[in-house]
Amino acid sequence: MSEARELTLEEREASIGGIGTARKRKEDARFIRGQGNYVDDIKLPGMLHGDFVRSAHAHALIKSISTEAALEVPGVLAVVTAKDLEPLGLHWMPTLAGDKAAVLADKKVHFQNQEIAFVVATDRYAAMDGVQKVEVEYEALPPLIDPTTALDDDAPIIRDDVASNDEVGQGPRHHPNHIFEWNVGDKEATDAAFAAAEITIREKIAYPRCHPSPLETCGCVASMDATNGKLTVYGTFQAPHVVRTVVSLITSLAESNIRIVSPDIGGGFGNKVGAYPGYICAAAASIVTGHPVKWIESRIDNLSTTAFARDYHMVGELAADKDGKILAVRAEVLADHGAFNTHAQPMKWPAGLFNILTGSYDIPVGHVSVNGVYTNKAPGGVAYRCSFRVTEAAYLIERLVDVLAQQTEVDKAEIRLRNFVQPAQFPYKSCLGWEYDSGDYPTALKKVMAAVDYAGLRKEQAAKRAAGELMGIGVSTFTEIVGAGPVRNCDIVGLGMFDSCEIRVHPTGSVIARLGTKSQGQGHETTFAQIIATELGIPSDNIVIEEGDTDTAPYGLGTYGSRSTPVAGAAAARAARKIREKAKQIAAHVLEVSEQDLEWEVDRFKVAGSDVSMTMKAIAMAAYSNVPEGLEHGLETAAYYDPPNFTYPFGAYICVVDIDRFTGDVKVRRFYALDDCGTRINPMVIDGQIHGGLAEAFAIAMGQEIIYDETGNILGASLMDYFLPSAVETPTWETDFTVTPCPHHPIGAKGIGESPNVGGVPAFSNAIIDAFAHHGVRHMSMPHTQSKVWQTLNELGLNK
Amino acid sequence: MSSQKISLTINGEAVEAEVEARTLLIHFLREQRNLTGPHIGCETSHCGACTVDLNGKSVKSCTIFAVQADGGELLTVEGLANGAELHPLQEGFYESHGLQCGYCTPGMLTRAYRLLQENPDPSDDEIRIGISGNLCRCTGYQNIVKAVRYAADKINQAEGAD
Amino acid sequence: MTPGVFEYHRPKAVDEVLALLGQLGDDAKVLAGGHSLVPMMKLRLAEPAHLIDINAIDALRGIRQDGAAIIIGAATTQAEVIASDLLVAKCSILPEAAAQIADPQVRNCATVGGNCANGDPGNDDPAIMMALDASYVLRSQGGERQVAARDFYEGVYATVLADNELLTEIRIPTPAAGVGMSYQKIKRKVGDYAIAAAAVTLAMADGRCADAAIALTNVGDTALFSSAAADAIKGTSVDAAAIDAAAQAAMAAAAPAEDLRGTVAYRTAMAGQMTRRAIVQALSRATGS
Repeated sequence: MSEARELTLEEREASIGGIGTARKRKEDARFIRGQGNYVDDIKLPGMLHGDFVRSAHAHALIKSISTEAALEVPGVLAVVTAKDLEPLGLHWMPTLAGDKAAVLADKKVHFQNQEIAFVVATDRYAAMDGVQKVEVEYEALPPLIDPTTALDDDAPIIRDDVASNDEVGQGPRHHPNHIFEWNVGDKEATDAAFAAAEITIREKIAYPRCHPSPLETCGCVASMDATNGKLTVYGTFQAPHVVRTVVSLITSLAESNIRIVSPDIGGGFGNKVGAYPGYICAAAASIVTGHPVKWIESRIDNLSTTAFARDYHMVGELAADKDGKILAVRAEVLADHGAFNTHAQPMKWPAGLFNILTGSYDIPVGHVSVNGVYTNKAPGGVAYRCSFRVTEAAYLIERLVDVLAQQTEVDKAEIRLRNFVQPAQFPYKSCLGWEYDSGDYPTALKKVMAAVDYAGLRKEQAAKRAAGELMGIGVSTFTEIVGAGPVRNCDIVGLGMFDSCEIRVHPTGSVIARLGTKSQGQGHETTFAQIIATELGIPSDNIVIEEGDTDTAPYGLGTYGSRSTPVAGAAAARAARKIREKAKQIAAHVLEVSEQDLEWEVDRFKVAGSDVSMTMKAIAMAAYSNVPEGLEHGLETAAYYDPPNFTYPFGAYICVVDIDRFTGDVKVRRFYALDDCGTRINPMVIDGQIHGGLAEAFAIAMGQEIIYDETGNILGASLMDYFLPSAVETPTWETDFTVTPCPHHPIGAKGIGESPNVGGVPAFSNAIIDAFAHHGVRHMSMPHTQSKVWQTLNELGLNK
Repeated sequence: MSSQKISLTINGEAVEAEVEARTLLIHFLREQRNLTGPHIGCETSHCGACTVDLNGKSVKSCTIFAVQADGGELLTVEGLANGAELHPLQEGFYESHGLQCGYCTPGMLTRAYRLLQENPDPSDDEIRIGISGNLCRCTGYQNIVKAVRYAADKINQAEGAD
Repeated sequence: MTPGVFEYHRPKAVDEVLALLGQLGDDAKVLAGGHSLVPMMKLRLAEPAHLIDINAIDALRGIRQDGAAIIIGAATTQAEVIASDLLVAKCSILPEAAAQIADPQVRNCATVGGNCANGDPGNDDPAIMMALDASYVLRSQGGERQVAARDFYEGVYATVLADNELLTEIRIPTPAAGVGMSYQKIKRKVGDYAIAAAAVTLAMADGRCADAAIALTNVGDTALFSSAAADAIKGTSVDAAAIDAAAQAAMAAAAPAEDLRGTVAYRTAMAGQMTRRAIVQALSRATGS
């Protein structure tokens, strides 16, 4: 080997593997060998298994629960009911939304498959044997399934426990089935704008109940160590620290005696944000039996009980001039939250960030009103791969803009160009209260239009229409609001929604960093290392990222709502910069120069105007051996980052579909997605996130729906029916980008994971509806199943 | 409860075990053999996370009893690599970003392994059909198709060079 | 989701199966591919005390020509159907349909016999066997009988198969050279049962349809054999009017329930549409165009 030559600046930069590098993922090494460690892989000595007896009814009184026969079943050790949890105060639990939820049904069941009893046995087979033998006697009550009847005078009262309360955690209410009313914007001015407008459009648009359905269901292993009173819970937690605090609050165990560990998580998409009865029951059972207790959901349990999303019933309106310039927006929303208000939002936001309804458009005035109601359905209302209720808002505005385009006969891309917030308007204060930090919407849309030859597609469409064929072009130019969030706006059970990163640089110049977030597949072990690598000039391969163990990680609010990069990523950059500041002091000391003489260059401090420098690696060693007087040894720090604002990723998508007019089959011919997530940390990971988000958007738009019959039976709660598309149905994707850095984020990043879901769903709907636009169709409800598309074809006589 | 002895080969190793008749193959592998690579996703044979290779065929181990594997030859994801040397498919998934949460990956890899035996030079469409019994919620499949293609090319090149 | 307790039997010969069935009656279930039965057991909707696994019986496997018939052993898998040169050459509708059943892994286990004998109206093979005028060989300790596929089905999960009987093989009259056939299935996704599907066989002679058979999947309590639909094209040149009449007849025969796959109107219309498409494709195959 020849003597190592000095590396060039470019080579040094490349060797860091920092921001902007399509670095291969570090976590893959274990996953491709089948060595991931998911919660169901955890096996502790003496571990027992728990399984639930679930309600057959949607709404019923429980007359009796008989457990004797179950306790006779070989292997069954205990059957826990609400009566057993009551003395511990654990039969109900507080929800993140200020309501409470039954852990085990207390005298009454409120939805089908609600948890009634928890059977603990030596293995999962015996647990199910026991479940079969528990007898529950019910007295059926009339169920309330349709949210539009929830506030009727004669509606069945769902929640006897809070029927007479003036509020259930989110402000005044006016009916026993009412949860909250939330208004934002200027109603009077909006109404005036509508009254005066040349053109108004109004459309009823529902976003059906769907479910995130990650491939791994929810589950946990709870283990109480009787010798020291420490409770350890391994589980599918997107926000482990929040779980620790909540467990402490409801059990009165000292928070230091609770350890929450999120091992590898097999996808979350919002499903694993909430606290579920299974977690509480496993913990209680472990405390009572002295054994570790495992609880793993079946797929049916998952789809029917934990964390649905959406179920927003919206009426949207736009006022405009005859050229399609929007003058006002108005929306009334009915939100079905199911039997308990367990939706997961920052607490001050009962409808999440739905007031991002203005989207990418400069709308002078607007008003939104959202009412939440109880029904006899599973509780929840999580953000399924989106920031809180952002996808519902984006869907509504993107659909309304299309409707307005049809009404005014302005092209659907052109009407967007006419209404965009212009680059010079940023920071832009929206009429519904947000300050958009940055964006360049016209550039993005024009780039996509050129890439797909939009004009050519419209020409082709005209020819197809003349020939009686159905081709649709869907445009979606969405803006998200992610990165919850500024502590002044956002808290969960009183905890500000900051996030954190702790960095330790070892003497030989490698690093361990821990964050308050938790990857569920997003690739944090790879990308957070890249941020720190660039900031510290230490190769990302020498940086270990750890998350998910509350005994070691700094406090953070977890991963959901595209908040990891905007918040924890910022904390990582901040912490690294603190380290670099200290490193500079050490370098100045060792090099015997003043700090002002030092400048940073990729991986070292250099004395300005000379060849003298000290690498970060060398500084690391000095930090443990040769620090200036008055400076502590070591090179480690933590940063807690409270973002000054949300971030506002945006994108422009065009989707082209062809529809079989005899069967209602929709073929996605082309999907072109341009995303702007600000600074791009890892282009490979970003593309992967977009592919996955678009595939989920496709699933939602085309088939996902949690359906109940009129008696409250949940239909299709298995993967036989619930639409998780295979590789055969899933289209291929083309991706593109622009870069508009976030002005307030330390590295200019905005978050990407959820954009394709938020922007993708309206792109599909808009494409399908556009195929029928020349027949006067303005809206078709999701999901666009073959049967529903055919119904439109049939009504229009196009299938003859 | 009726339990019985089975003997089979798992990843090249001869194994004898006592199982209850009702023990599903997936539980036998994961809980009795500590082979936790194959996962449980849907339990109704739709998702393919539990895919293993039994007697030269891809099967869903959540819908087969362990007793049915008696005398059989079984391969799980843990048996794909040759010591420290990754199988070209494992390499392809790594190189092409063919995984995110990793939960479907073992089943996907095991299925793709057999697919390439059945069809060493598949088109993209043939790959999509070939892995259509394996659901992925993260990747949108595009990079998985690329990963399988990568492996096919690598295997074919190596064989061409022989 | 785990199954209840049962006793497992793995006989090596058909006679052993028949003895067990004779002895155990409806306490026993036959385990073939298991992809319908095992999920039901895991849900505890099926709790047989005994499972008789027929997968070790070589005599129940295989596809062969036997004089004027093609014989398919009941335990032959759908994957084996797809791979069968004999079927591809002489009865292509079966491999064509098998490729539309479930997914690759499931097809490695799922058997033709299970598909035919289960009585689930969502299964694809029954309609095809009806169209092909196949017979099922049913054996018990008392002997053997043959039942035409067209006479086998009585209702949802209800067939003429007795508790002590085993479906051992399916006998298909070898389609004459020049018979065109097609199976057209519309479904929501891979792994799904049909929204509706149609199996069509037809033979042309001198520009006229000399013979035809049409059967439908998953639009009734059983697979539906529609002589009316076939009659609509027999003797015609299979022109647009005849195809239309056949589709109308298929729609008249269809009696689907509304489910998550679609409304009654939609599934009925798809029975017609699939019939239409299957006739068009069978015709083009029959005429080699």
